[in-house]
Amino acid sequence: MNRQYETVIGLEVHVELATETKIFCGCSTRFGGAPNTHTCPVCTGMPGALPVLNRQVVEYAAAVGLATGCTINQCCRFDRKNYFYPDNPQNYQISQLYEPICRDGHIDIDTPSGIKRIGIHEIHMEEDAGKLIHDEWEDCSLVDFNRSGVPLIEIVSEPDMSSAEEVIAYLEKLRLIIRYLGASDCRLQEGSMRADVNLSVRKAGSRELGTRTEMKNLNSFKAIARAIEGERDRQIELLEMGRQVVQETRRWDDNKEASHAMRSKEDARDYRYFPEPDLVPVLISDEWLERIRAGQPELRTQKLIRYKKEFDIPDYDAQIITSEKKLADLFEAASAICKKPKKVSNWLMGETMRLLKEREMEADELSFSPEHLAELIRLTGEGVINGSVAKEVFLKIFLEDVDPVKYVEDHGLKTVNDEGALQETVEKVLADNPQSVADYRSGKEKALGFLVGQTMKAMKGKADPQAVNRMLKERI
Amino acid sequence: MAHVISDETIEYVGILAKLELSEEEKAQAKKDMGNMLDYMDMLNDLDTEGVEPLFHVYPLSNVFREDVVENGDERDRMLANAPEEKEGAFKVPKTVE
Repeated sequence: MNRQYETVIGLEVHVELATETKIFCGCSTRFGGAPNTHTCPVCTGMPGALPVLNRQVVEYAAAVGLATGCTINQCCRFDRKNYFYPDNPQNYQISQLYEPICRDGHIDIDTPSGIKRIGIHEIHMEEDAGKLIHDEWEDCSLVDFNRSGVPLIEIVSEPDMSSAEEVIAYLEKLRLIIRYLGASDCRLQEGSMRADVNLSVRKAGSRELGTRTEMKNLNSFKAIARAIEGERDRQIELLEMGRQVVQETRRWDDNKEASHAMRSKEDARDYRYFPEPDLVPVLISDEWLERIRAGQPELRTQKLIRYKKEFDIPDYDAQIITSEKKLADLFEAASAICKKPKKVSNWLMGETMRLLKEREMEADELSFSPEHLAELIRLTGEGVINGSVAKEVFLKIFLEDVDPVKYVEDHGLKTVNDEGALQETVEKVLADNPQSVADYRSGKEKALGFLVGQTMKAMKGKADPQAVNRMLKERI
Repeated sequence: MAHVISDETIEYVGILAKLELSEEEKAQAKKDMGNMLDYMDMLNDLDTEGVEPLFHVYPLSNVFREDVVENGDERDRMLANAPEEKEGAFKVPKTVE
């Protein structure tokens, strides 16, 4: 039955920008302050308070626009969107309707059938609302305006997506671009990235769009995927029963894996937008735009091409390393110092990834310096420490960014290159393990491994395993 | 061509503006809105060919703040204006979507 229908999906993605201050006042945007400690007359909507635009918001919005192939509207303006809700103290939200800052962009996503271009209709700047906390004890709600006035950009896609997979691919790409730009950390769980899904279904091959619904409260990629599938099935079921899809906003409940219609907004949907009289137009000169363009970091697509040319690392490694700007920055900086990109890549792909996973950390939380990783690689390369000691030291670098040279020195971890001491130990191990010696002589290669292990143990792990191997073979 | 505002329109605009109007106020509002729309019609009669739209009465653009925190914790001052407060927050009637 599902195959007779196709799904049409467009997204509205809100992203909180990584500015220090709010969009229209000098209050901090820091997350997690006690309620209303980051507020002032502007962001609590006191009569007479006047907004002044944060320059950085324009720069971030334009940077995201440039990185997604948008045309930057060099004369953009703000508008008022009027509605009543307690989290909105002015009774209007300052947003952009008529002249948004960016238009007509796109993001290319990879799909099983090749690259697909998803259009971006527009990107506009606006302010976030406060937060409502529902009081369990009294029949009331409490308003915290710390988030009120936090700068947002809303990225409105064209209805070009047709499956949950495409939606996730689009969101991941968008998130990556914005994180690379440093414009936002884009954390869905914490609400610094929020996606509303507009979805309709139509008979396969039909050119007309069906009635769409808008789904809110989607705070993970998994929830988005489940909500899309749930809503698609719900709409198809309605149509199959000969009923109509009602244009409405629905709230996804990920625990119940079902959505329900939110308070009908029939009377509230009329936002009566008009030009914001308290803010003057934003004129982005060619010079300003050029400065923003020049300040753009290299994005992932370009990085991948360059890595292929510059570094001798597998494509798979390059894909993973460039999936987070933090990893790519570490990789490039450490490689530039030690000139051994393959080794740097191995440390990032192996131990770093393993430790991140083990500690449930994100790559952007990595705090060690590329210098220390490069030093570690040098120490290993020069045979100052052996592989297992290197892992031990790396853990310390990962956790506390210790200086490996000093750490190895202080803890006496240097490989013992004293041939005399090693020879003595080898002799003793051979004398103590006549059976293994006999086994090796009779062709059991494994026995050598045991003897190497015994020697390393006797040397407290500080011998060079290759030297041990060589010496044992010579002696037997 | 005088505009006549219907009762439904006044009702609707009242709901949007969260206003409860008495019958007399409704009658007055209908008259006022009609007059305003008549005035708009007059503007529509003007030849505005080649005239740039005006969005702002001041010939200003690009008034910015730098992204620097200037405000400290003003919670007590902000809450002083709240009709009711609780636990550092503005207390409002229960609102659930």
